[in-house]
Amino acid sequence: MKLSVFRLSYWNRRGSSFRSSPSLDHSFDGKSPSSVFWLVIHGLCCLISLILGFRFSHLVLFFLFSTSVTNLYTTPFLSAGSGGVSQLLRLKPLETATNSTARKNSRVVVGRHGIRIRPWPHPNPIEVLRAHQLLVRVQKEQKSMYGVRSPKTVIVVTPTYVRTFQALHLTGVMHSLMLVPYDLVWIVVEAGGITNETASFIAKSGLKTIHLGFDQKMPNTWEDRHKLETKMRLHALRIVREKKLDGILMFADDSNMHSMELFDEIQTVKWFGALSIGILAHSGNADELSSVLKNEEGKRKEKPSMPIQGPSCNSSEKLVGWHIFNTQPYAKKTAVYIDEKAAVMPIKMEWSGFVLNSRLLWKESVDEKPAWINYLSLLDDNEEIDSPLSLVKDPSMLEPLGSCGRRVLLWWLRVEARADSKFPPGWIIKSPLEITVPSKRTPWPDSSSELPAAIKEAKSDTKPRGSNSKSSKGKLEQKAFNGVKVSTTS
Amino acid sequence: MLPLPSSFMGSKPSHTSPVDMKIRSCLSAILLFLFFSASSSEQNVRTERISGSAGDVLEDNPVGKLKVYVYELPSKYNKKLLQKDPRCLTHMFAAEIFMHRFLLSSPVRTRNPDEADWFYTPIYPTCDLTPTGLPLPFKSPRMMRSAIQLISSNWPYWNRTEGADHFFVVPHDFGACFHYQEEKAIERGILPLLQRATLVQTFGQRNHVCLDEGSITIPPFAPPQKMQAHFIPPDIPRSIFVYFRGLFYDVNNDPEGGYYARGARAAVWENFKNNPLFDISTDHPTTYYEDMQRAIFCLCPLGWAPWSPRLVEAVVFGCIPVIIADDIVLPFADAIPWEEIGVFVAEKDVPELDTILTSIPTEVILRKQRLLANPSMKRAMLFPQPAQPGDAFHQILNGLARKLPHDKSIYLKAGGKELNWTAGPVGDLKPW
Repeated sequence: MKLSVFRLSYWNRRGSSFRSSPSLDHSFDGKSPSSVFWLVIHGLCCLISLILGFRFSHLVLFFLFSTSVTNLYTTPFLSAGSGGVSQLLRLKPLETATNSTARKNSRVVVGRHGIRIRPWPHPNPIEVLRAHQLLVRVQKEQKSMYGVRSPKTVIVVTPTYVRTFQALHLTGVMHSLMLVPYDLVWIVVEAGGITNETASFIAKSGLKTIHLGFDQKMPNTWEDRHKLETKMRLHALRIVREKKLDGILMFADDSNMHSMELFDEIQTVKWFGALSIGILAHSGNADELSSVLKNEEGKRKEKPSMPIQGPSCNSSEKLVGWHIFNTQPYAKKTAVYIDEKAAVMPIKMEWSGFVLNSRLLWKESVDEKPAWINYLSLLDDNEEIDSPLSLVKDPSMLEPLGSCGRRVLLWWLRVEARADSKFPPGWIIKSPLEITVPSKRTPWPDSSSELPAAIKEAKSDTKPRGSNSKSSKGKLEQKAFNGVKVSTTS
Repeated sequence: MLPLPSSFMGSKPSHTSPVDMKIRSCLSAILLFLFFSASSSEQNVRTERISGSAGDVLEDNPVGKLKVYVYELPSKYNKKLLQKDPRCLTHMFAAEIFMHRFLLSSPVRTRNPDEADWFYTPIYPTCDLTPTGLPLPFKSPRMMRSAIQLISSNWPYWNRTEGADHFFVVPHDFGACFHYQEEKAIERGILPLLQRATLVQTFGQRNHVCLDEGSITIPPFAPPQKMQAHFIPPDIPRSIFVYFRGLFYDVNNDPEGGYYARGARAAVWENFKNNPLFDISTDHPTTYYEDMQRAIFCLCPLGWAPWSPRLVEAVVFGCIPVIIADDIVLPFADAIPWEEIGVFVAEKDVPELDTILTSIPTEVILRKQRLLANPSMKRAMLFPQPAQPGDAFHQILNGLARKLPHDKSIYLKAGGKELNWTAGPVGDLKPW
């Protein structure tokens, strides 16, 4: 409706302005020869436009009757609706009778305008770079305006020891910590004493680190391991007390995975906070998972339990209890030794799910220390603490983090290699490899006759990474290996 | 709180010299100043206060500065129209209806017309919608004319000034020109009967027939509750550089291109559709409001008319508006310094839009964002129900108050006539 009225009115206006040119000054009263003539011309133009695909009449009239052409844009472009190519021109302002009555002179003209397209359509890379810098600056400003007011130092406690997967785990934790935008102190407690291996690793981070040695070696069973790790963490807490470190203390086990939002969230802790941890005990072995689920479904037709360990709140956002990972389905099949191919279970309350204000550990009575905190002597090595909850007299005073435990901000997973697996120190291969095994198919077609000469038997002291190993230490089960095999706990 | 020592102020020294008194008064002034500056710096978010060309006018309270009398028109001019089509309450021209409701219960309303400074006619000329929801303006001139005939015959106040102290809310595309096509609107011009009245309209373009000198430009209506329901936390980082959702070509009404938006929207599309910094498309995403809060710049180009609700949305969501409309007059332009808040790009400069936007200095952008974060800015753009201090209703009243007192010359001598009651197209003279 609008279109037809529009086009008709436009044509009328063009026609009337044209007609008011000096030669023709008729009043429009029907079949005068000139009007018929113009009708015929109009029909011809329409036909030509049909064939060509654009409004040919526009062009003709424009060229014939406009006196000044300003800014003629002849960039062709494919219009969205029609298929043909149309030339886009800026038409003169309509100098009709109606406009002359206007008192003001508008700079902006009504009518058809050209669509300006610049010849080089691609963005300038310097401008793109500048735009990204702007984005970064705006986000920084946002963070300072709406983010954490006065960020506290984050004190991270990590127990570790030298083993094959140490590099894997520590790299993950180290990179997460390097991305944290707040001040950080990283306390690394190493079982078996301080080694150069670990020291050189954490020195690469560029963070402020405190490297502590702990004199016992890591045992082989998971239960003993958890106990030793607890002791190592307490040792770190002792150092925090001695050095009077101030900030927010969190436990980052080297096998955990942390999200960046975690570090923003823990800044909101006043005294003692609790987080939700995602327990990835299922990972690795899909058969395990399905068998577990089948067993469960046999008993009661329920969905598999939620693998979260953390605080749970009622509808008024108050802490009412704890989600614990249900270890029942795994009762028979949990791993006892480090390298068993069974699922490793987390302890009831993982340390990494708790965050505390380091002032709670200080010796002298700080004024604002709440009454529901136990005093840890931390002097006695034999103190049996299984979870940080023993620090608190009243567990309901804990602050649940991550919108009351609904957001999972870190994940727990224990993956370790065999206890006897070897790896090159510092992961640098200094001397040539001791054992070379011929591959079944060589990529070079002419070398099939030359087998590598150095097929030596394994020497007793330096063993390869688990390949062809027959002897093992003591009580472990024998498994046949072909090539490198690392037992993952699934 | 800086506690002023009571002994300091309350002591009445009988033997102190005048110099002592002067020192004490200076000290107390300094203490007072420090006290006030400390309390004002307690604001959590660093925002900047907008000082317009007339000072801090956004926070003016119009109550007591003017009195408005609301005519009692038969409901066929207002309520019946609304009953016929309740969609009038949610489209972008709903300001006329909400203004009526606001004035009925506002303290500036007076029931005594003899003491009123301004007279308001509750008429809803844009409440005549097509099935798809677009308003048809064809009957509006006749409706307006019939309303004016009614008030001029039933009350003496129209005739004594021929409407110079009356105001009308005409939020349609081209205001009181009552047409959606610009050429037709220019042809008709402002309705002759309204030429002496003050028009409160959304359309504003300098040197245009449809914008009268003393008109008050208002923002188009955008539903406040709907927008407030889509707020996201302000610490979510802004990661989109330029954002726009809407038509670039109006294929129904302008198939060849070049008429719609004077070719500006098409130019934006053609030049920047492949530019990764520009998130522009014709989608209708459900996360439109959330996306605006994640963008730094929001384009507000003209369409068939130069104004659009995008400006209101950009201001409410803290996105810097990039206004591409030559000679546009923005809402409350005498109270809000739009140059400091938005970016103005001439239509001929659209192909260089990326260069223009990336060459704005960082400090300027941060300042604009701080100004936009000011809650008084957002309040001034909205029409909330019920009305709140500082909102668009109050800004309209402020604008009307600033035009007071009326010049004595508006009062016509007895029997004088300035308006031509038979001017305009013949179709307008038919009774409604």
